[in-house]
Amino acid sequence: MRPRRAGAILVAGLIILLAAPAGAETIFQEVSGRFTLEGRYFPQSSIQDGQREQSLSLVAEPEAYLENAAGNGLVLKPFLRFDSADPRRGHWDMREAYGLFFGEFEDSEWELRLGIDKVFWGTVESRHLVNVINQTDLVENPNQEERLGQPMAHATWLNDYGAFELFALPYFRERSFPGRAGRLRTALQIDAEQATYESAAEQHHLDLAARYSHSIGALDFGLAWFDGTNRDPALSLGLDRQGAPALLPRYEQMRQFSLDAQITTGAWLIKFEFYWRDGERDATALEEDYLALVGGFEYTWYGLMGGATDLGLLMELLYDGRGERATVIFEEDVFLAVRLALNDAASTDILFGILQDIDKPTRSLFIEANRRLGENISLGVEGTGFLDVDRNDSQFSLRKDSFLQLDLTYHY
Amino acid sequence: MILFTKKPAAFVSALVLGVILALSSVPARAESAEEKGLRIALEGEARDQGFGNYTADQTMTLRNKRGQESERHLKISVLENEADGDMSLIVFKRPRDVKGTAMLTHSHKAGDDDQWLFLPALKRVKRISSSNKAGSFMGSEFAYEDMTRQEVEKYTYRWLRDEPCGELTCWVTERMPVDRNSGYTRQVSWVDQAEYRVWKVAYYDRKNAHLKTLTVPSYQQYLGKHWRADEMRMVNHLTGKSTRLVWQNYNFGGDLDARDFTKVSLKRAR
Repeated sequence: MRPRRAGAILVAGLIILLAAPAGAETIFQEVSGRFTLEGRYFPQSSIQDGQREQSLSLVAEPEAYLENAAGNGLVLKPFLRFDSADPRRGHWDMREAYGLFFGEFEDSEWELRLGIDKVFWGTVESRHLVNVINQTDLVENPNQEERLGQPMAHATWLNDYGAFELFALPYFRERSFPGRAGRLRTALQIDAEQATYESAAEQHHLDLAARYSHSIGALDFGLAWFDGTNRDPALSLGLDRQGAPALLPRYEQMRQFSLDAQITTGAWLIKFEFYWRDGERDATALEEDYLALVGGFEYTWYGLMGGATDLGLLMELLYDGRGERATVIFEEDVFLAVRLALNDAASTDILFGILQDIDKPTRSLFIEANRRLGENISLGVEGTGFLDVDRNDSQFSLRKDSFLQLDLTYHY
Repeated sequence: MILFTKKPAAFVSALVLGVILALSSVPARAESAEEKGLRIALEGEARDQGFGNYTADQTMTLRNKRGQESERHLKISVLENEADGDMSLIVFKRPRDVKGTAMLTHSHKAGDDDQWLFLPALKRVKRISSSNKAGSFMGSEFAYEDMTRQEVEKYTYRWLRDEPCGELTCWVTERMPVDRNSGYTRQVSWVDQAEYRVWKVAYYDRKNAHLKTLTVPSYQQYLGKHWRADEMRMVNHLTGKSTRLVWQNYNFGGDLDARDFTKVSLKRAR
């Protein structure tokens, strides 16, 4: 495939670039990573034929880091998953493969990252609203937290007035979707091979983004602009290659202006994210500009009852200006969660919460817990419950897909 | 950054220090125990002034009541900042599941410190609350407030007595945290009169019970001026747990400045 070959050339180029200057031989190298064994169990029988009640996965995510005498670095971080139930969930990706260059110029600092990388923008927990650079790796987790590696040139200029960032994104990554045998999918199969684009350049459209961020006392904020291929596809009814009804993804051109902010005062974290988008189609296939926002807080009681345990309370409100025509489930929702950190030697922590639709019965419960079992091994539990899903909700096809997941990770 | 890396506050200029010292040398007016306690703390800080920056490796060995041990490995960088408060960067190396996590702290003489955490799995920089002063640092017997800069302004002082400590003579001084979020009512420290090194600290919790004791077995001097502990031992008397913190590979005078302690540089910390 062309992008993979381009990726290989890029990586080789970066190695040469880093190694080329005389005397800049590698002085530091490090290999680390993880293997994860993951089991998922779906207590309710499936709606679609061929879906299973359990799956077993093996994940490998090694990371290599090289640094030369000048401090410039090269990071390689491939990702590989084998899945027993869904061949589409079994996939590989280059999460990171970039060269890192930085330096100082008078009173400012610059940084350049060339290659495949991951970028995070945002402050809230219930949804990563403004985080637009990387495509969602949806087969990994329905919570949309996992992202695909994005080819980019990312330049940062930091001085006393804040950080100014520019992104050039020359290649678009399509969203991953569960296959026919996978759970947590749409009722009609998404035929990703028939993806279409608004831009004639398709995946090679040059997407651009800029961001300004700063910290002033208790306030951290970021203002960003994105102009390029929408990471969220519009899905339309069509036929797959066998002539069966299917959903066909279409990636349109979109412009997004966003703000993310957090005020940190005492044990309070006050969080806000907002974007305005133009060029996206709503659920009725009409193009309209709209705004979406998430705001809330996190408050923590430290050392509960004289012990070591911290108890955090999170509350966020989610709003999408398109209302019933929204393509996401977050059109008007409340998110409530409790975070328990035991602060023991095993770093045990539990996050438990609920996302409740305000004008529909739809709600989802979730739990995430982690504990270290030894120097190199950790155990995770994750679960999502889809309850009372409304017939008109885009999440309706997931109504029987509540699951519990157990994962065991070996870190090296 | 850590305990006993004393240096003076910017606003406690040489002038103020001079006035205090001048007052203390006026024979007609006896120095109060509070003034003497503050003078010792200020002088201790003054003697470490000008270290610039350093990096070091830390190994923490946590031991529970049953004698089971677990280790944490950290790399720490500290930049002296007399104007407001020091900056520090801690990179977690072990246990492996938190490897690559990094914490940036901008300490302030007054008010809460600014603190950011870098989470490598999401590549997310998260501003975190620094009001959790009494909380355990990585499950150890060191609290966050024991691990961050001990600015002189963050306490009030009282000299108690002089007492021999080993071959040296120590001032025994009490200090009370100004911050209500501190887990302590007071700390009693043993500071030697020769080099202003802290050899022992007794920590009293909010109920004024003797919670923990810190002892420092040995010091080394760097750049012919700055004393740093090789090792620190913290014992919790209420739980029977203890933590040994070993410092290695101290490197003073590296090429570090404020640009190495930003949210941007935090993302590439290794």
